Amino acid sequence: MSAYTADEMMAVEAARRIDDGTVCFVGIGLPSLAANLARRTHAPDCVLVYESGTIGSKPNELPLSIGDGELADTADAVVAVPEMFAYWLQGGRIDVGFLGAAQIDRHGNLNSTVIGDYDHPAVRLPGGGGAPEIALGVEDVFVMLRQSPRTFVDDLDFTTSSGERVRVVVTDLGVLEPRDGELTLTQLHPGVEPSRAREATGWELRVAPDVRESAAPNTAELAALRSLKTKGEA
Amino acid sequence: MAHASLTDAVNDLVRDGHVVALEGFTHLIPHAAGHEVIRQGRRDLTLVRMTPDIVYDQLIGMGCARKLVFSWGGNPGVGSLHRLRDAVENGWPQPLELEEHSHAGMAAAYAAGAANLPFGVLRGYRGGDLRAHTRVASVTCPFTGEELAAVPAHRPDVGIVHAQRADRRGNVQLWGILGVQKEVVLASRRSIVTVEEIVDELTPVPGAIVLPSWTVDAVCVAPRGAHPSYAHGYYDRDNDFYVAWDAISRDRDAFRSWMDENVLSAVPA
Repeated sequence: MSAYTADEMMAVEAARRIDDGTVCFVGIGLPSLAANLARRTHAPDCVLVYESGTIGSKPNELPLSIGDGELADTADAVVAVPEMFAYWLQGGRIDVGFLGAAQIDRHGNLNSTVIGDYDHPAVRLPGGGGAPEIALGVEDVFVMLRQSPRTFVDDLDFTTSSGERVRVVVTDLGVLEPRDGELTLTQLHPGVEPSRAREATGWELRVAPDVRESAAPNTAELAALRSLKTKGEA
Repeated sequence: MAHASLTDAVNDLVRDGHVVALEGFTHLIPHAAGHEVIRQGRRDLTLVRMTPDIVYDQLIGMGCARKLVFSWGGNPGVGSLHRLRDAVENGWPQPLELEEHSHAGMAAAYAAGAANLPFGVLRGYRGGDLRAHTRVASVTCPFTGEELAAVPAHRPDVGIVHAQRADRRGNVQLWGILGVQKEVVLASRRSIVTVEEIVDELTPVPGAIVLPSWTVDAVCVAPRGAHPSYAHGYYDRDNDFYVAWDAISRDRDAFRSWMDENVLSAVPA
């Protein structure tokens, strides 16, 4: 049995890629966990921006929703939502945006809108929210997504946001980065074989010749991660 | 503006077929007002909201809505809205027309409505399929030639929000996460604001905004009127209820009996 979970590996790997001072547009769940971990370890001055309008939030507990009061209480500034999208995101003041989705293709395009036909969907998903403008309004898009053939698909049912600025996809199995216009496996987490990553991908996955193994989460990273509890958890 | 009971305000201002926006970006969501709309049996509403969550799931599941204009429809941190999904996927209890936008587009449309402009402009709706399925057009900047997205302004018949408090003259004060509360009130033809309490004087609070009394048609006292959402400084978000809603709303019968017990037979605020 390993000493950490797949989600912890994902959060740690994503957090390592956030440089100190980076301004991050953060969603709820794994991205919020990763960004807060970075803030509590090597990047104390990274700035967490939540789309509910809180800038520079420093939550002690991880929020369940992007609008929890904790995010406003600990923020440097709280702005209205039209200002958030117009002055801050469209204004070009955010470096990194995190996105998740129900489906991703080999170019990093994402679907969080529908499974099936748009007008008669098999599954109506929540929708894009901020994603369409985040995807093209930040410098670098980080995607965090568990890898499976249902999620990593050859053809998206719907393109919610562009993959043009996707720089890295952190999964529970490894890391994919664009090489020559296609997401390519560049890292495998400890104990994961390339064949497993291939099987979990709905297209013929390219594996980089220099694919390397991710460093396992260290003691300090795990301690910081586990001290971050989601609100409502015991 | 006038102080009014929530029952009277909804009765006077919300009509069948109206375009109604009950806003709140996770914070200050007017649940009590939404429940009053359900109790009064309004039909064929076009509901507008950036982030439709539980109260919209309830309005849709109770058959109040014909159309939804939105940008993200889910239970934050939990998952899907099952009543919304049932309406879209199976037409239960009736079909629901969707007009889907992005957050940036919705925000621009509210800001344009508040400014009495016909459309909002943004660098948006690019690189995806949404543009082909919604009301958005291109506009060329007359100065630089840049192609930008134009979204039609939101001008709801009635805008409804919750706020922390109002004074006796009806000036409304709210703070914490601001969402589009000010924009929806100013963009709407008529507006209802529910508040936690009426106070003699609005003492300043950091980051607070004030909606002057003459911008609001009805101010209604509704203590805990945002629950299970929250009112910053009064009570916290009831995260347990958001989690519990998943099971309540998954099944049509469980949903109906929950609504019967907790909304239809409840005493109005």
